[in-house]
Amino acid sequence: MKIGYYPGCSLSSTGREYNESLQVIAPLLGVTLQEIEDWNCCGASSAHATNRQLSLALAARNLALAETQAIPEVLAPCAACYNRLASARHALAKDTRAFEKTREVLERPEFSNSVRVKTSVEWLRDLAPVIQKKAEETASRSATSPSVKGLKVACYYGCLLVRPPEVTQWPTQWDDPEDPSSMETVVRATGAEPVRWNRRLDCCGAGFSLSRLDSVARLGREILQEAKKAGAQALVVACPLCHVNLDFRQQAIARKAGGEFDLPVFYITELVGLALGASQAQLGLNRHYVRTDSVLERSP
Amino acid sequence: MSRIGVFVCHCGENIARTVDCAAVAKRLAELPGVAHSVDYKYMCSDPGQALIKQAIAEKGLTGVVVAACSPHMHEKTFRRAVSGAGMNPHFCEMANIREHCSWIHEDRVKATDKATQLASFIVEKVKRNRPLQPIHIPIERRALVIGGGIAGIQASLDIADGNREVVLVEKEPSIGGHMSQLSETFPTLDCSQCILTPRMVETYQHERIRLHTYSEVESVEGYIGNFTVRIRKKSRSIDEEKCNGCGACIQACPNRKSPNEFDTGLGKRTSVYVPFPQAVPNIPVIDRASCLFFRGRAKGAKKDVCKKCEAACGKGAIAFDREDRIIEEKVGAIIIATGYQLYSIGKEQANSAFKGYGEYGYGTIPDVIDGLQFERLASASGPTAGKILRPSDGKEPKRIIFLQCIGSRDPAKGIQFCSKICCMYVAKHTMLYKHKVHGGQATVFFMDIRAAGKGYDEFSRRAIEEDGARYIRGRVSKLERDGEAIKVYGYDTLNGAPVVMDADMVVLATAMVPQTGISTLAQKLSVSYDRYGFINEAHPKLRPVETNTAGIFVAGACQAPRDIPDSVSMASAAAAKVLGLFSNEKLEREPSVAVVNRELCTGCFHCQRVCPYGAIDRFEVKDRKDTLLKTVAEVNKGICQGCGTCQATCPSKSVELEGFTDEQVFAEINALEWTGQGNSGEGGRR
Repeated sequence: MKIGYYPGCSLSSTGREYNESLQVIAPLLGVTLQEIEDWNCCGASSAHATNRQLSLALAARNLALAETQAIPEVLAPCAACYNRLASARHALAKDTRAFEKTREVLERPEFSNSVRVKTSVEWLRDLAPVIQKKAEETASRSATSPSVKGLKVACYYGCLLVRPPEVTQWPTQWDDPEDPSSMETVVRATGAEPVRWNRRLDCCGAGFSLSRLDSVARLGREILQEAKKAGAQALVVACPLCHVNLDFRQQAIARKAGGEFDLPVFYITELVGLALGASQAQLGLNRHYVRTDSVLERSP
Repeated sequence: MSRIGVFVCHCGENIARTVDCAAVAKRLAELPGVAHSVDYKYMCSDPGQALIKQAIAEKGLTGVVVAACSPHMHEKTFRRAVSGAGMNPHFCEMANIREHCSWIHEDRVKATDKATQLASFIVEKVKRNRPLQPIHIPIERRALVIGGGIAGIQASLDIADGNREVVLVEKEPSIGGHMSQLSETFPTLDCSQCILTPRMVETYQHERIRLHTYSEVESVEGYIGNFTVRIRKKSRSIDEEKCNGCGACIQACPNRKSPNEFDTGLGKRTSVYVPFPQAVPNIPVIDRASCLFFRGRAKGAKKDVCKKCEAACGKGAIAFDREDRIIEEKVGAIIIATGYQLYSIGKEQANSAFKGYGEYGYGTIPDVIDGLQFERLASASGPTAGKILRPSDGKEPKRIIFLQCIGSRDPAKGIQFCSKICCMYVAKHTMLYKHKVHGGQATVFFMDIRAAGKGYDEFSRRAIEEDGARYIRGRVSKLERDGEAIKVYGYDTLNGAPVVMDADMVVLATAMVPQTGISTLAQKLSVSYDRYGFINEAHPKLRPVETNTAGIFVAGACQAPRDIPDSVSMASAAAAKVLGLFSNEKLEREPSVAVVNRELCTGCFHCQRVCPYGAIDRFEVKDRKDTLLKTVAEVNKGICQGCGTCQATCPSKSVELEGFTDEQVFAEINALEWTGQGNSGEGGRR
């Protein structure tokens, strides 16, 4: 099975381990990632905050490239990339004038806006039966490797994975935008246990990580506290920005709150990688700020 | 030779503004066969009609053409007028020179030409008209009412009191509907059951009401005045004749764990049960899905299990092997009163078009309930005997929050309409709550307060001013479980600020949607429904209780969200319509129906296949020795709506629509070019 791959900028910077773990699990799941050749920035935040046409054109160029490279489906692991690509696709489908203008700007009259964009969550959710089978095989093969079986995790969707519904749930509804369950499905397939908790869909502060640290600290604290209260041993995310705010900022948030959280934050791909027997180093877990081995080094 | 009279109406200025009516009358006077042609300001007025009658008498007219408005408006008026002058009404026709001409054109010269043409071809038609007599069809003067809620009960009682028989079908084991579940009713706060149960008993005891509870309409055939209805009487597994309603079987039943539907799942019931103490009829039902005996049998147990009810019954009324029965009833009119259900907010949706409200956690947070569940908590006959207690721990909630418009007015969730009753019942709930939990605080999140109705606004003000309900204008984004409390995240749009509040219990005022299965029923009855499943009325203003199918009426919340007074008014209106229909022994119908020429008909039955009303029967033509000569088509005049599809389809030209024969229609077409100017007399004869 083949799927188009749009890494975006964060998967080679703050979210390197997201990319590394993805590259590890894809072949294990029998999937070839076909990176879009000559892809460009999705335009997140800066473009769509300043110029609509620019934001559409930047995203649409990637979709057009995928089209010419015969890629019908593109995986965009970063939630912001996903949002930009999916929003552009939706806007161009609904607004013929914008569509015409964009084709003109891109000088790509053949662009037909036919490429579907997927998050890693939707992609893995559809592969859940395969993950479960492979995870069980792995567990029976090596009883000694670090296991995620029974690990209590809080699935954190953040703001953009399933919302806004008119964009993410179009043209097909793949999850409930206010009460999603895809991430939990993937987590269950790995053998870990999703906990029921409150802040699954709240904002982590996202891009304010640089400009308004106070807000990010407050939002992050509430998320971490709620996860802890619900008995989670770790968080699972599918967005590099969420990861930054909850992992990299965790110590600062804890210091402000006067305590320790000690909640490792896994990318969903890392969790799947662990379940499929990949090593922590392969998955890039050594790059995390909050150490992950404490929750993994338990006898299964 | 025809002697046609032409009467051109000015309709005040409506026609005369664009059409030179005097010129039209003058030109038509020249048309062969026209014996009289005049114009007048208001033909429909008494003097206008007198003009027509007078001309018929004085000029010996054989036909009348009124060039005026649409026949939908005044055809009846003018036909009645000519009939008063001794002419067969079907010799009077209208030429529509208002909607079809003056209202849509500006050029006076051209409009006058067109009006002349329109009138002239109607003249050609009338020359070929034949006298027609109205059709009389017998009426079965009994009514079927589907649904035994307050609307169905009211309609049944009104018809029965009007001296006609009623067949009332209710799918639940008892009549009473949702109203029997309510605690008190707005805007008077009188006890719902106290005002409903007398009606229920009256319905049961009425000699002219035949009640079929635990029954459903299986099929409907026929037409106005002559419906044949098949009703499935579902098996109660109880012999209804023997049962005396003592309740010994209920006492004996060991399985007490089934969720009580009447208490909206808040309480439990036994497997053999009556839904509520005042149920009518007071005959239990065995719920085969939970009954130990039936479950044992389904599993293939060799020995019968349980059967404690059978042992307890002193009347031998338990009938495990009783099957569903199908009965047939003949009725002349049908009232649909199937009511509503609440929009499902749980994960599981009956209709995938309606997306739930996952953010409110209904079904996962136990103290988030819907409006009907609150009614049961507040009701003396409910699971808490009228005490407001939380489902989770049985504690009294000190802070209760009501969220309005859950599902209603939310296109994103699949429903655009306002459910109409929620503003009022939420106000009522805050009052009931305050009257029962004195130290408690009720808060309401609302979009608008829609309290239009007699005494309604006063009532909702009373909730705020006297009973201290706090109203916050804004929506709630999510509910979170926070220990024993529920955290409510909302937005106060009047303050322009977010609000976070703790609640002990949250009540969701969910939208009203039609009952499941309404579309199936509507299809059985051939009535139309909207995209939500609400039954369409024939006209939103002027025919609110009729459907598009003659003889089928609608009442209550199956047509749109309705409160009790509205449902009752509609039910009485529908009953009045039915009684009006039944006031005649025979039904008089317009004779514009299709007629088959048996000699020409080849029996191909194309007409039968295309007829949208199923009005074509087969007729066997036999000679005196009873040998079959051929089978031909025959039109059932009771069903035929005169659409003419059969006429257009018939390859042998042996079906004709009375009043619209081929001869008449071709004569109209041939007359098209005649404007009375220049080509005078030519076009008309081509």
